[in-house]
This record gives sequence, C-alpha cells and structure tokens, in this order.
Amino acid sequence: MKVSVAVNGAARTDEVEPRLLLVHYLRDVVGLTGTNIGCDTSSCGACTVHVDGESVKSCTMLAVQADGAEITTIEGLASGGELHPMQEAFRQHHGLQCGYCTPGMVMAATSLLAENPSPTEAEVREGLEGNLCRCTGYHNIVKAVLAAAGAGR
Amino acid sequence: MTATQAAPGGVLGQRLLRKEDPALLTGEAQFVADLNVPGALHAVIVRSPVAHARILSVDVSPAMSVPGVVAAFTGKDLEGEWAGPLPCAWPVTPDMKSPAHLPLATDKVCYAGDGVAVVLATSEYAARDGGDAVAVEYDPLPAVVDLDDARSDRVVIHDELGTNTSYVWELTPDQAAVDAAFADAAHTVHGHYVQQRLIPSAIEPRGVLVIPQPFNGEYTLYSATQIPHILKVMLALTVGVPETAIRVIAPAVGGGFGSKLNVYAEEALALALARKMRRPIRWIETRSEATQATIQGRGQIQDIELAADAEGRITAVRVKLLADMGAYLQLVTPGVPLLGAFLYSGVYDVPVYSFSCTSVFTNMTPTDAYRGAGRPEATYAIERVIEDLARAVGVDSAEIRRRNFIKAEQFPYSSAAGLVYDSGAYEQALDRALELSGMDGLRAEQARRRESGDRVQLGIGISSYMEMCGLAPSRVLASLNYTAGGWEAATVRLLPTGKVQVVTGTSPHGQGHETSWSMIVADRLGVGPEDVEVLHSDTAIAPYGLDTYGSRSLSVGGVAVAIATDRVIAKAKAIAAHQLEIAEEDLEFRDGAFTAKGTPERSMPLGAVAFEAFTAHNLPDGLEPNLEASSHFDPPNFTFPFGTHVCVVEVDTETGLVSLRSYTAVDDCGVQVNPLIVEGQVHGGITQGVAQALFEEAVYDEDGNPKTTTLMDYLVPAASELPSYVTDSTVTPSPTNLLGVKGIGEAGTIGSAPAVINAICDALAPLGIHDMAMPATPERVWRSISEARGEEAKGS
Repeated sequence: MKVSVAVNGAARTDEVEPRLLLVHYLRDVVGLTGTNIGCDTSSCGACTVHVDGESVKSCTMLAVQADGAEITTIEGLASGGELHPMQEAFRQHHGLQCGYCTPGMVMAATSLLAENPSPTEAEVREGLEGNLCRCTGYHNIVKAVLAAAGAGR
Repeated sequence: MTATQAAPGGVLGQRLLRKEDPALLTGEAQFVADLNVPGALHAVIVRSPVAHARILSVDVSPAMSVPGVVAAFTGKDLEGEWAGPLPCAWPVTPDMKSPAHLPLATDKVCYAGDGVAVVLATSEYAARDGGDAVAVEYDPLPAVVDLDDARSDRVVIHDELGTNTSYVWELTPDQAAVDAAFADAAHTVHGHYVQQRLIPSAIEPRGVLVIPQPFNGEYTLYSATQIPHILKVMLALTVGVPETAIRVIAPAVGGGFGSKLNVYAEEALALALARKMRRPIRWIETRSEATQATIQGRGQIQDIELAADAEGRITAVRVKLLADMGAYLQLVTPGVPLLGAFLYSGVYDVPVYSFSCTSVFTNMTPTDAYRGAGRPEATYAIERVIEDLARAVGVDSAEIRRRNFIKAEQFPYSSAAGLVYDSGAYEQALDRALELSGMDGLRAEQARRRESGDRVQLGIGISSYMEMCGLAPSRVLASLNYTAGGWEAATVRLLPTGKVQVVTGTSPHGQGHETSWSMIVADRLGVGPEDVEVLHSDTAIAPYGLDTYGSRSLSVGGVAVAIATDRVIAKAKAIAAHQLEIAEEDLEFRDGAFTAKGTPERSMPLGAVAFEAFTAHNLPDGLEPNLEASSHFDPPNFTFPFGTHVCVVEVDTETGLVSLRSYTAVDDCGVQVNPLIVEGQVHGGITQGVAQALFEEAVYDEDGNPKTTTLMDYLVPAASELPSYVTDSTVTPSPTNLLGVKGIGEAGTIGSAPAVINAICDALAPLGIHDMAMPATPERVWRSISEARGEEAKGS
C-alpha cells in the first residue's frame, strides 16, 4: 500500500506492507532511528512521536494509518543547530542517563506542555505516566519539564 | 557536610553537564538496533513455551517456505559450531555442579524461553513469520519452581548432575563462638525473607549485530552489552574463533543494571551464524523475549538470626540462604549470593558471624547480577531484622542502630566476616537523614493519625546501609574462585595540538564516564574538560579492560585514568625541564604549565611540551617521543560506600494502597567527581529498590509458566507512582585510592527496599503487623490488615 506523509517537514511517499508499524516505517524505511523501541505492548513510550501535533506511541499505529499526516520525530525537534528548549532542559537538569527512553520522553514532554503550559509537579508525573525510564527515577526528568514550562512562561 | 578534599585543578566536584547528552537527546546516538548493514540476515529465536520438557522433534522446514526466510537451524544442526558451552566464570566451590549450556537446546528444554531453533531471513518481519512456522514437539516433564522442592530432588532437572543442588558455600570463621553467642544471648530475633525474582528491564532490550569479513576470517560484533572485553574472550572460547579475529563494540547501550553483564546465547549464535552463513547476522530482542531470555535478579530465601545482649548490642549474626540459580549458570550466577555473603552484619559492630548458602537449579530463567547483586539482599535482611531487635529491646529504630554502629574511629574496620572496611561515618549520615526528613514532625503526625483512627496511617522507615563495591582486588577474587581479575586499564595521551585522548577499559551505558573521566584528567592536567576525548567500549581501541558493573568504574577505572595522567605529567616534566634548562625538582606543574619555582616567567605550557614530545626534535637523551602513559590499576581493597535512607509512606488501611509521601537519602560515596551524576545514580538506584519493595515480581505458576511476560504485567514504576526525592551526601574519602572515591551506582538500590518495607511495618505496627512480603502490593497489604483485624476481633 502507498503511504504519503511529511516527516519532519519533508514530504514522501512509500510503498509499504499494510502490517508495517509506524515505528518500523520511521526507522527502517525513512531511516530515522532516533525513535526507539522498548517494548511490544505500547507500555514504555520509547517510540513516542508527534502525529499532526499529538503525541502518539508509534508502535500503536500502522504506517498506513498515518497517511496524509505530518509526523515529527526527535530528529525534527532541534533546529538550526540549537537544541529545542525541552532538550536543553533535559540536558541542564541531567534528565537522562542511558538516553534510550529520552527521545520518547522528550516528545511526550513537549506534547504535555503544549496541552498544559504550566503544569504542577503532579500533573507532569501524571502526564508522563506512559513513558518508562529505568535510569533516572524520573526525579530529574520531572525537574526538567517543570523548568522548561517555567522558561516558556 | 564534611569538607571535601581540596581539588588541585578545581574541576572535581563541579556539576558539569554531560558530554554524552547532545547525541542522546537528538537521536544521533546509535544503539545496536539502529545499526544495519546491507545483506544482513535477521535472526529470530524459536523459544520453548514450556518450562521443562524433552524435545521430541523440531521441524524447521515449514519456515523455509516463508517468503524471505533464508535458513533455519535446530539446536542439533548447530551442535558442531560450539567449541565450548556458554561460560560460567565463577565456579564458587571446587565441586560446584554446572550443566552444559549450549546456545540452543538439543534434547531438553529447562525453562520457558530456552531457545530450540533459529530462523534467518532478509527482514525482521519475515524472520518472525518463519519463527512462527517452526514446528516443535515437546514431551512435558514436571517443573521445579519452588526452592525447597528443588532441594528435595523430587524432580532432577539436569539428569547428568544427579541433583538440583549446584553448591553449598559457607563462611563460618568461628562456629563455636557463634553458637556460644546465641546460647548466651539476652535477645535473639529471627527474620525469614523472600527476595522475589526481578526482571531487570533496561529500556533498551538486548541486541547483537555481527559483520564478518569471510575471506580474512574476522568478525566485528556489536552488542548491547556492559562487557565488550569479557565478551570477546568468552565468545572466542565458546564459538572457537581466535580472540584476535573478534572485535567487540558496545555502541550506545540503553541501560544494563547487570542484565547486560553476561555472555548470552544470542551473541554466540550470531557469531557462529555469521561464520556459517558468511553474511552479517542481526538479532534484536523483543520486550516479551527479554522477560524470559534475559537474566533475572534476586531469587533468594533468607533466614537471618541475631543474638544480642540485654541492651540490644548484637553479639552474633547467623545467616542461611537458599538461592535460585534458575535453569543454568550464566556468567556469574553462582557468585551473586557471595557478593552479599560478607555483608549480613551491615553497618554494625558484630563480633562473630556465620553464613551458609545452598544454591539450587529450577525450571526458570537463569538468575544473575542485577543492580546490587547480593548486597541489596543482605542489606534487606539485616535492616529488616534489626527492627525486630529494636522491638524486643524496647528502643526505637534509630536508637538500635546507634547502639550497634561501627564508630567512625574504628576505621579501617576488620569485620567478623573477614573484610576490612575502608572508611565510614555511619552515625553522621543517620543524623543528617533524620534531620532532613523532619522526623519529629512526622512522629507527631503519626501519633495523631493513630489516635484518631485515621483510615490513612503514616509509617516511617529507616535503612542504614553499607556495601562493598569497586570489583575488585584480583587476589580477593582468586580466593573466591572467580576466574578473572578485577583491575582496570587506562591510557592517556597528549595529541600534538595539546588535546588529550583517554582510552578506558570501562564500558559506560548511562553512567557518564566520558564526562567524569574528562573531569579527572582536566583537573590534573589543567586543561578544559572539553579538550579531553574519552574512547571506550571498542576492543580494537581499548584492548585491555574489564568493563562496567559492581560500581567499579570510578574507583577502579577512574583511578587508573588518574594514575596514567600522573605518569604523563611526570614524563612531560622531564621534557619541560630539558627545554627550560632547569632541574626537574625546581619545576612545579600548576594550571597547565611547568613553571620554575620562584621565577614564574620561566614557564612552558603543557601544550607546548606535547608538541615538543611529538616533533621529538629536542628531547632529553634516551627519552622516547610522545606523551602517552598507561595504568593497569588493581585496587588494594573494595570501597565501602554507606548512608541512611528514610522513607515515609501513607498506607490506606481500607484499600492496602501504599503511597510514598517522601523519601530522603543521605549517601556517602567518598569524594564526588560530579555531584550531578552522583545524584542521578542515587535517584535511579532508589527507584529500583522502591520498585522491588512495592511493584515488581517475576511471577511463575506452579508449572513454571512465566506470568509477567510484558510491561503490562511486570510493573516497572512510572513517574506517577513516585515522589521527588530529597538527597544529600556526606563525604568520607576512601583511603584506598588516590582520588578518595567510592562507588555509587548500586548504593541507592541497596539502601532503599528495606526503608520502604520498614515504613509500611511502622505504619501498621499498631495492628501487630511486623512483616510484609515484597512486593507490597495493595492486595498483599490489604490481606495482612484484614488478617490482623480478624485476629484482633477473635482476641477481643
């Protein structure tokens, strides 16, 4: 089947198997491997991307379901050689260690702030409950997101 | 906070942002699954769905008709590929029993997840379809999942061993003294604890890619591993490829926690299949697979007894363990209980000690090192049972600890178990943790809630821990029958432009070695951390190394980096003295330059010395060109970090739900290179201990079927289940290394689980509840409360 999408602003059309997951499409067909895979039950959130501005676990969606959509991956977040403010906040607050959950976590966090620009700590914790991290205990991730929210005010 | 050691260059102790981060934040970093090469064949392993069975037949032919499938092999097909079984590097006793463990089973499967066949295809999807098509007939056998059942040998899993007991290991320096102490004791207490199996759950599953050069017989193997160096040696022995023909690279690795400290079947298979097929082979683990095919942690049943005098001073500790090895012995499986064996006396001054461990095979995934490996178990036992002693004596949790602490002036302290603890100030950490947690206010609130019969009760739990880490002095490893050493290697070289290259034998996967090693070198050389490049995790670049585990990297590998740096400075000084025509002893090295004492205008910056060393136009007679030095540092002792954690929980007595209200940790890992990184390690460490206490358990049914095979069933906690932590540190330098550092990677996990359970028991003490099995799920807590109330009702 044909799928036409814009990935990080670049339009493209590909012939794909109907069963191909969006995450495999992004990684194996488009060649953007920043989006990671951490599970097979949509539990970990490592594969979170934005589809038409909404955060989506890209393992829950078929590539063909994204037909016509604008997709942003972690590779599309930084611009002009500068980290996105959320990426910068994660760096400033040591919100990552091994970095495997990080692309998904950053994508989920930007989406969280888009919906709620001034969250409380509890709201950040609730908002990120679909993204698992095994290294940081979330302490510095939460700190980073709150700092990014503060900076955006 | 006690004073930190004066840092010569002022870089140590700074909260420097990590060099590693930009690549990881932008998707630029390459994990194994991100690597692919044209022509690679994707491997899928067909795994046993049953725990214990004879293999009647394996038919791979249906897979061959699946489009894209190129080859498929059974265990028997590949039997000739192996030069040896998968390795166990720690035969803890001379008579330890270990079954032959091949990468694919041939006659029998011994746990659900044991591999029986492998399918190779041109795409991952095709390989999965092929794997589904393989037909296997099993003749099921009774499964062994209970440890006492295993010890009874009712069903012997490995026929050739004749028993399920792998080994019995004992540490009893003076049995008569232990017996006498118990006979004379005013108080004795006994704790019986189950360390449930845990699934390590690094967010990156494992993966391997082998690229062969068939005509010159060389192989490059990329693996999501913590141990590229050990892996290279072990794969050479298992697959029969010369060590010189294997290059192992650990690219970006997404967490390990011990689960990637192993030599796995899939790594051996990928190498053997690359040799056989003369094509690149790629295998990427799925999460469901990881819950069965990757080692699990803990799995012990503990009995601990304390003898004490009338004031509650402990006079003896006696421990018996029954440890679950799982179906086979992996790399260090049998050694894990031994890493805790010396620590059941905890932070306390205990004169006599006795430990015994019986380890048995079961029909479950092999166990092995998981964050803390043996030490969280030991700490849990002593920090739980001392609560019983406090109650028996009639003092509070803090007081019983104070009465028994090893005092600061007793260090270096020789323990009854035979260790020499380097340094410690245990009471200071306790005081600070109590102060930070606001203990007085908490006790008042607790009293109010108890008084008013509040549905939500408050509990406060203390855990004072110490641990031995920094694996390890090679001679100590020899005395424990470990088959390798514990040193670490480093090379430091100055490049012609004055930049610095560091090669380390450690293999980071989240710990930030690039940043910390840069800081160590920059601090000594007087250059900027940004001028230092750290190379690692590639056996072609770093030929010597023993990798990253056991909180060893800084106190062994980082110290090697410091020693090598000092050797570079010594050589540079000889060159500078020659160039400046001055005696070496009249030069001092400060702020990155060699300067004549008393005449600061006679000075030569290090960069200029590096260039002179490179051109070699004017070196002292007999001195070789270039500035490069190495160190192979073998630590004289373990390091012994310590601390006190205070956990405050709210327990809903109607639902059994436990919520963490606050968590305070005061840890002491000696001198801190980068406090930002130290805190991160503590946060993550605490969380894994909290996870054991409240959420996680690898569950098997009585037939050995795993019930927690996805992240929907196995509850890795999310942000919503946890609070922010309060952390602080004291600094008691280790006298055993020139940086004064101790390990911190595992400390949080070692200290935290007993703090949580102690808090729950404290909350429920008025109901007569003094123990709670892990994980303390709402159901389990609710049942305990219901039972206790039932008893109360009966009693009234």
